[in-house]
This record gives sequence, C-alpha cells and structure tokens, in this order.
Amino acid sequence: MKARPLTVTLGAVWLVAFAAGLYGLTQRLLSGHEQANYGSYVPWGLWVAQYIYFVGLSAGAFLLSSLIFVFGLKRLEPIGKLALFTATITLCCALLVIWLDLGHPFRFWKVYVNAQPTSMMAWMVWLYTAYFLLVVTETWFALRADLVTWSRRPGLPGLIGRLLTFGSRDGSEGARERDHRVLRVLGTLGVPLAVAFHGGVGALFGVLGARPYWNTSLMPIMFLVGALASGGALLTFVVAYFWPDQKAPAYRDMVALLGKLTLGLLAFDLILEWSELSINLYASIPAHAEAFRSVLFGPFWWVFWIGHLALGAAVPIALLALFPNRPKVVGLAGLLIAATFIGVRLNIVVPGLIRPELVGLERAYTDLRLTFDYVPSQMEFLVGLFVVSFGVGLFFLGRWLLPLAASEPAVLPPGPNGHEAPLYQPIAKEPTYAAR
Amino acid sequence: MDGEDRGAKPPGAPSTQARRVGRPLVGSPDEPSTPSSRRRSVDRRRFMAGLTTLAAGAMAQAVAAPAVGAAPADAPVGAPAPRLADLPPARDGEAALMRMQRELQKALQKPIEQRRWGMVIDLRKCVGCSACTIACKAENRLPPGVVYRPVLEEEIGEYPNVTRRFMPRPCMQCENPPCVPVCPVGATYKRPDGIVEINYEQCIGCRYCMTACPYQARVFDSGDFYTLDSPAPQPYEMLKTYEYGRSYDRTKHESPVGNVRKCHFCLGRLDNGMLPECVTSCIGVATYFGDLNDETSLVAEMSASPNVHRLKEELGTKPRVFYLM
Repeated sequence: MKARPLTVTLGAVWLVAFAAGLYGLTQRLLSGHEQANYGSYVPWGLWVAQYIYFVGLSAGAFLLSSLIFVFGLKRLEPIGKLALFTATITLCCALLVIWLDLGHPFRFWKVYVNAQPTSMMAWMVWLYTAYFLLVVTETWFALRADLVTWSRRPGLPGLIGRLLTFGSRDGSEGARERDHRVLRVLGTLGVPLAVAFHGGVGALFGVLGARPYWNTSLMPIMFLVGALASGGALLTFVVAYFWPDQKAPAYRDMVALLGKLTLGLLAFDLILEWSELSINLYASIPAHAEAFRSVLFGPFWWVFWIGHLALGAAVPIALLALFPNRPKVVGLAGLLIAATFIGVRLNIVVPGLIRPELVGLERAYTDLRLTFDYVPSQMEFLVGLFVVSFGVGLFFLGRWLLPLAASEPAVLPPGPNGHEAPLYQPIAKEPTYAAR
Repeated sequence: MDGEDRGAKPPGAPSTQARRVGRPLVGSPDEPSTPSSRRRSVDRRRFMAGLTTLAAGAMAQAVAAPAVGAAPADAPVGAPAPRLADLPPARDGEAALMRMQRELQKALQKPIEQRRWGMVIDLRKCVGCSACTIACKAENRLPPGVVYRPVLEEEIGEYPNVTRRFMPRPCMQCENPPCVPVCPVGATYKRPDGIVEINYEQCIGCRYCMTACPYQARVFDSGDFYTLDSPAPQPYEMLKTYEYGRSYDRTKHESPVGNVRKCHFCLGRLDNGMLPECVTSCIGVATYFGDLNDETSLVAEMSASPNVHRLKEELGTKPRVFYLM
C-alpha cells in the first residue's frame, strides 16, 4: 500500500497523541483524581463535556442511520453501516471518559444493582446500556451478510470476519433481506431509545433547580438537535473523506445530501441557542444571565465566538452554502462543525458551575481546590486526548478489519490467486440488502 | 502526640449504640425536676467530667485525652459524654451550652424518628473568626479541598461606611433535599432524625448530588493530603477518620477518597451525647443546636422568632438551618 506523506504525517500525529494520552491515562489510574482540576466547587469539567459531546455524536449518527433503515431513505442507503459503526465508536469513547470521571470507577455496577428511579443519572445509565446493546446488535446485523463474504479474505480481516459471523454462513439475498427486516425493527426501537437516551442526558442537566443556567425545559431539545447537527456533521466528514469509491456519482450525491441535512440541523441548533441567550440576557436575572455573560464575555469568550460561532457555524455554513456539490469542501465543513462542537458542550457544562451559588463562598476558605476558576489540568487534557485518539484508532481499525463501506458482493468472483477479491464494488451495481 | 490518643474522637455509632444499650441513660425527661432525682446527689467527679466535655471542643478534648491511655483504634476514646442525670438542674439564666446539652440528652432518649435535629445561627453574634470551620476540619480530619462549614464573608457598603456580614454555611439538612433523589445509587438519604447521610461505600463518586445542592454544601474528596508528599508528613494526617459510625483510612486511597462529602451535624458526637463541634467551638455562642420537635428546646424557640431566615427558601428545600438576622 502506497503511503502518502499526508497519511504518514497524520499517522505520526496520531501516534504522538495516543502515547501522550496513555501517559495521562496512567496518571489518572495511578493517582486518581489528585491531579484533576475539577473538584469541590466545580465538580464537573472537561471529561463530562467530552462525555455529552461523544454521546451527542453517537445519538446523532445513530438517528441519521435510522433515516436509512427505518424511513427507507434510499439515497443514503450505502452509508448505513458506517453510520452505525460511527455511533458505536463514539459511544465507546463517551462511556470510557465518563467511567474515568467517576470517583470510584469500579463501583459502576452499583448503578445496575441499586439504581434509584428518581435519578436522571440512573435512567441515563439504563438507557445508554440498552442503547449500547441495540447499537452493537444493529451494527452486527448490518454487517453480517458482508462479514460472511469478508471472512473469505486472507489475513487478519478474514479472521475477524470468521470470528464475528459467529458461525453465520448465509450470505444469500434472502438472508440479506431478513437482516434488513431485523434492522428495520431494531432501528424502529432505536429511534425512541436514542431520543430518550440523549434527551435524558439533557434532562439530567435540566432538572437541577439549583442551577438556573441548566434549569431550562429547552435543555433536552437542545441536546437532541445538537446531537443531530454534530453527529450529522461527523458522518458527512467521514463519508466525504473515507468513502472508498469516490468516483461514483452516488458518492457526490450522498455527501451533498448529508451536507444539506447538517446545514439544516445546525441552523435549527443556532436558533435554539439564540433563544436561550437572548431571553436570558434580556431578562437579566443575575443567576441566569451571568452564566450567559461569562460564555460571551468571560475569560473563555473565544470558545464561543471563535470556536463555535466562527469556525463551527459561520465558516461551515458558508462552505455548505457556496460549495454544496464539492464533497471535500462539504466534508471539511462537517469536520469543522463536529470538531468545534466540543466547545458548545464545554459551554453547557462549565458556565453552569463557575458561579458561586452563595455570595462570598469563593472567598470563604482559601484552598487550591476550593476555587471557581476552572481550567482543565494537564492530566485532564491528556486523558481527553487519549479518548479522542482511542476513538480515531478504533475507527481506522474498523475500517481495516470490517466491511464498513458498500455491501460486499454476495458471491465472490474468483481472483487470480484463488481468493483475491476487489475490495469494494461500485455502489451503483451492488446488490444491496435493501433490494426489496 | 500519638494520633490514636488524641482523644474524644467520636467512634462509630454501632459501638456507641451498644454502649447506650448496655448502660441506659438514667432518668426520663421529667425526672430531673422531681425531688427524688434532685436528692440523688450529683457525683462531683462526674459533674466535672461533664463540664469538661461541655467546655468547648477540641481543647477540652485534649485535656481529657491523657486520662484515656492507649486504646484500640476503633474503641471509644476520650471523656464520656455527660448523662442527663449528671447535669445540673435547669435554672434561669444558665449558659446556652448547658441548656442545649440537657436538651440533647433529653432528645437522645426518644426514638430516633421522633427527633428532628436543627441548627440556629445568630448572624448578629457571628464575628467571622472561622473557629467553627477549623474545629470542624480538625474534628472530621478533613483533607485539602474538603470543608464542611466555611464562613461566607460579604462586604456591604463603600469606604468609609463599610460593614461586613459573616455567614457560616453548614449543610442545611433540608427537609426536602434536592441532593437525595438525584443520586443514581441511593448512596445519600435522609435519616429518620432528618440528617442527610452519605454512604461512602455505596457512593460511586459521580458528583451529580454536588451539582444538585443549591448551597454547595457538598464537596469532593480528591485524595489530597496536606503533608503526605512534603519532607515532613504529619502523623495527624495519617490518622483514621470517623464518620457515620465507621472508621476510614484515607491513606489507603479508599473511601472517603473519591467520594462526595459534607457536614452531618457531627453524627458521631451526637450519638455520644455531644453537641456538634461547631456549636461547642463557637467563641460567641452564635450557633445553636437541638431537637426542633421539642417545642421547649432553645432551637425550637429561636427558630420561631420573626427575624429568622432560611437560605433560598424559594427553592422549596426547607432547610433545617435557621439564620437569625
């Protein structure tokens, strides 16, 4: 395989990020929370923001995949598997980072054994567990028929294929159709589940009467719309840059459609944000308005103005509006939106916590940990980096080992050496599991 | 000084309860006023021991400590709390601490579900010395980043017409605590006597309750020590801590490290018949404590005064800490 300089560079960057991340992870595992900057007065920080960011990406990618499997959006048919796989990986990242955030990570099982139904967090854990099982099952059914073909490959991919088929050998059209029916059922169950799950994460914040910045009934809605916008954007990027057959007309068509969907969702998200901002700033009740002021004019104003508004909204909107038919540009817009959305998530978590709930608390007791100025520590950044590079690594591993792109042919044409097969078939000619 | 000898640290509730069962407190609430109980002459030594315990917080405990000698880590150490019968009879104009001590003993004789612990803090008497904060830090051996009762300071006016207001902020032990229903694992709950308790073994450290508390009374134990990594680690920091009727060893990086922590009205002291540390250490007697269900008690009386104020009542939390303005 020819390695282009860009690929090598990005690979090296990934390796460095992963190694640095491993160092941070080791620090976290060895010294617990001693080197973290979240704590007594700002109890949640970067990791919780990353958690809601990743579950948002997951729920967004999943709900878009349901457009295909449930609502039969034929034009996006080929990306179904990629969408589900993206949803699985981002969910893994989310669960990893929130697990590391726990004060007692090895007690997480208590949420299953002693769940308290009055707690939104308990509901969230139950819902994401159900969602996780469903996404994994659905991904498997989406991949199954192709895995059967895939397992005839040589080397590791073939071995993975043989392992993951769990003995399933039926790659026929009939079996594909049965898989598709299962996918429809799972997808139909998954839509309300993903909505409940991610809306529930929003509600987890929204129900807290003690935190006026979070205590808005718009919160679950904003979480869902933000999830769709960021998840859609990520999927747009992934398809635009990692689709195997970029010469096919279907590729252009898919990326353009994803770009349009993302644009619409982002616009809706911005309307909701404007609604929250304008109403609270106009009303000027300090407990509500001050958090919004700190978002706009606080020490981290640039997260909102440059990160979110400029790079995450203005530039991608311009790109999407001006070049809707240039897949790489649309993909770049998707990357910008998806990457900068962490800023939106940070601006949900942190401003809700940096204002003392009682006047004078910030000066009451002098202690490094009893402060309201939160900036993530080096260890927090490194663990955050680890989770991101872990997800990226999983993605490329999956791309190598799993049949994620368009369907594999039902019957392998014999290659020159007996089992060589073309890696991908042109989409247009493919028999797909949706052929009904 | 040897840590385990420091004395008067309230041990676990189980042992306390056992002691109370084994040696029931003499006298019903009415008894002290009857002539027969008056006649039972108060043993002078016991009386003095009672006074010593009363005579405020850590210093008194340090005085009493040498008499105890080496005791097993989890055994009750320090001067025993005075029994109701040992206390002098009530009289007009007696010190508030005396009265609260008697009322505490009286309340302890009732079943737990009939008690309703409450606190009154007279802001007009608070001078902002933070003795309660530090006494609490010492009593509960709190690490960096963990403080149960900070004293909030607010400056009012402009120079030269400036005044400052001080407001100690313990846990409000709300009647309707927002921190309780949000816990995913039920690790925090209201006791029958109204104290909101945390089960350190059950808590997973998600910190959701901290975001739910409108008073920021909950803090996170990140596992830090003041002196552990310094050239001279101090023995006092390596001592076991006693909370919720159990002993904990933070040096093992086990609970309460990684847990959410908060004020519990010095549960261990209460179970041993002692007033909370912040009450006994207050230099101006600005903090009062007692059973709100006993309508004759000092706190019940004070909490019914017209100048009483509770923090963020609009949230419907119904705090059991009352501020006198």
